[in-house]
Amino acid sequence: MNAANYLYVSALLFSIGAIGVVVRRNAIVVFMCIELMLNASNLAFVTFARINGNLDGQVIAFFTMVVAACEVVVGLAIIVTIYRSRRSASVDDASLLKR
Amino acid sequence: MTSNSLVYLIALPLFGSAVLLLAGRRSDRWGHILATVLSGSAFVVGLVQFAQMLGRSNDQRAVTQKLFSWISVGTFKVDASLMLDQLSICFVLLITGVGTLIHIYSIAYMSHDLDRRRFFAYLNLFIAAMLLLVLGDSYLNLYVGWEGVGLASYLLIGFWNQKPAYATAAKKAFVANRVGDLGLSLAIMISFATMGTVSFAGVKEQAGHASTGALTAIGIMLLIAATGKSAQFPLQAWLGDAMAGPTPVSALIHAATMVTAGVYLITRSNFIFDAAPTAQLLVAIIGAITLLFGAIIGTAKDDIKKALAASTMSQIGYMVLGAGLGPAGYAFAIMHLLTHGFFKAGMFLGAGSVMHGMDDEVNMRRYGGLRKFMPITFATFGLGYLAIIGVPPFAGFYSKDKIIEVAFNAGGIKGITLGGAALLGAAITAFYMTRVVILTFAGSKRWDDKAHPHESPALMWLPMVLLAVGSVTSGIIFTHGNSLQNWLAPVVATSPAHEGELLKPAVVSILALVLVLAGVGLAIMKYLRKPVPSEAPTDVSIFTRIARRDLLQDDFNEAVFMRPGQKLTEVLVATDELLVDGAVRGVAHITQSTGRTLGMTQTGFVRSYAMWILLGAIGLLATIWVVTL
Repeated sequence: MNAANYLYVSALLFSIGAIGVVVRRNAIVVFMCIELMLNASNLAFVTFARINGNLDGQVIAFFTMVVAACEVVVGLAIIVTIYRSRRSASVDDASLLKR
Repeated sequence: MTSNSLVYLIALPLFGSAVLLLAGRRSDRWGHILATVLSGSAFVVGLVQFAQMLGRSNDQRAVTQKLFSWISVGTFKVDASLMLDQLSICFVLLITGVGTLIHIYSIAYMSHDLDRRRFFAYLNLFIAAMLLLVLGDSYLNLYVGWEGVGLASYLLIGFWNQKPAYATAAKKAFVANRVGDLGLSLAIMISFATMGTVSFAGVKEQAGHASTGALTAIGIMLLIAATGKSAQFPLQAWLGDAMAGPTPVSALIHAATMVTAGVYLITRSNFIFDAAPTAQLLVAIIGAITLLFGAIIGTAKDDIKKALAASTMSQIGYMVLGAGLGPAGYAFAIMHLLTHGFFKAGMFLGAGSVMHGMDDEVNMRRYGGLRKFMPITFATFGLGYLAIIGVPPFAGFYSKDKIIEVAFNAGGIKGITLGGAALLGAAITAFYMTRVVILTFAGSKRWDDKAHPHESPALMWLPMVLLAVGSVTSGIIFTHGNSLQNWLAPVVATSPAHEGELLKPAVVSILALVLVLAGVGLAIMKYLRKPVPSEAPTDVSIFTRIARRDLLQDDFNEAVFMRPGQKLTEVLVATDELLVDGAVRGVAHITQSTGRTLGMTQTGFVRSYAMWILLGAIGLLATIWVVTL
């Protein structure tokens, strides 16, 4: 099977994730979209590892997973806290930086 | 010769001024006495020095005292040291002598003034600064005294500074003097640059080797300095307004001593002017212009003090003319300076005495017939009057006629012009001084019934009597056996060398006397034969009007210096606001508006930030793609 197809899938996933981050308001969905983008890049890394015939890309993919796991923990905690205090998980509601 | 007591001349009055200023109101009760005693002590020190000087041979008379090493940079050394020679001692005795008399006079004159102590502190400060001026042995030391008397003059003109006009007069005097001071400092700089020394002895020694151009430059700068301090044309405008000060100040500073500092400076720098004929000729011309200028103003003034101030300006014109005539004239310039110190100070004190008795009225048209009420003032003023118009054997006859004679004998057209101007000045002097005397002391009374003219107390008339004695006798003393000429000879190199004797002394005297009589006669016709209106007539000729406006000196300064200066500052302010401030404000404005515009991208919405990040990443990728294509 042509390795380029995996890259197309990766690009598709990343685009879906990026659009989701920009257009969706629900923090959980935004968060999931971020995960989607991370995993799209993971897929690209692994694909490139396969194409180049070495393990560099796979190693990076593990790193990304570790970082993503940490990010999920911190990010979910923040979202839960915001939801508790504001009774809303909409990212547009939390626009206090401007004001 | 060295002496250790020269410093006391300066230290005594300086100490008095410091005590009076620092002790404040605590010294109100005894301050004036301390100041007078200290001034008198300085006079005694001067007399002792004079006596010692008389006891030595002519070339051993100068004494010096080194106080401390002031500036020592490489080969350039200036000591703060004092030098008393035959020229300085004349000034020392005049300053301390007349100064002490005026201190005594002021005790009574200022007795009703709450600030009398401050007045005496300034008087003492003036005496100290003036003594430093004449005792300094270098131009730099002289400069310190020169500025000191300028300060004292400023403080005393503006003594009653609660009146804005008086404070302005003080400022005017100070500014005009600053212009002159610039000349002196430039002269010092040129002499240092070309000769490497600023001491009188050093410059005198170097003057022979220096170029005529440099010496002429120094001479002209010194002349500018002299015109500022001595109220000579074209820096004369301040003297009339300086009469805002209390009358004793006018007598001491603006008649007898400080305003003659310019004459001292020129005479002291005789070695420069003798080597720079152009500068010397300029000095004579300035003197001749001023003596006529002052005399003409004097004819039109109704304010007794301003009439006397114009007369002072004119008489100093005579001195400057004398000093500008070279070795033949220096001694007579100094002689006229000394006799003028007596008779003009005496007349100013007389004017003060009249004002004292007339509730500070200064308009002579409101006087009249005062000789019956103030016999002593009239007598002393009258003797001063006879001295200034040059009636023999009074002092002015000897000193002024000598200057006229030397001017005539200067040779050629120069001699005839300068001599003619001086002779004409003598006639005008006779006219305006007679006018002053007639308006004040003769004729019928023109004052209100409120005024009660009375003779002044003894503390006031005693100094006037002593000065009157000086006005009578000083001329005879100075000319007896050419005593002053011989006395000054080692300092100023007097030469009786008249280039082609044009007029014999006797002819000059007779000519001068005839003109003086004509002036007196005209004044009698105009003011004694006809009644004098108590208001100044307004339907007068254009000449009178111009003379009343001080020959347009203020209008000239305003039109030529003040208005263009004001315009210049306006242009500079506008340029500053437009260019300098504009650039600064422009930068701030651009920064601010850029910030405001960019700030609009900061919405606070996380999603818009994410959008920007995404667009940025796409843009970056696109750029890389385009570049690597």
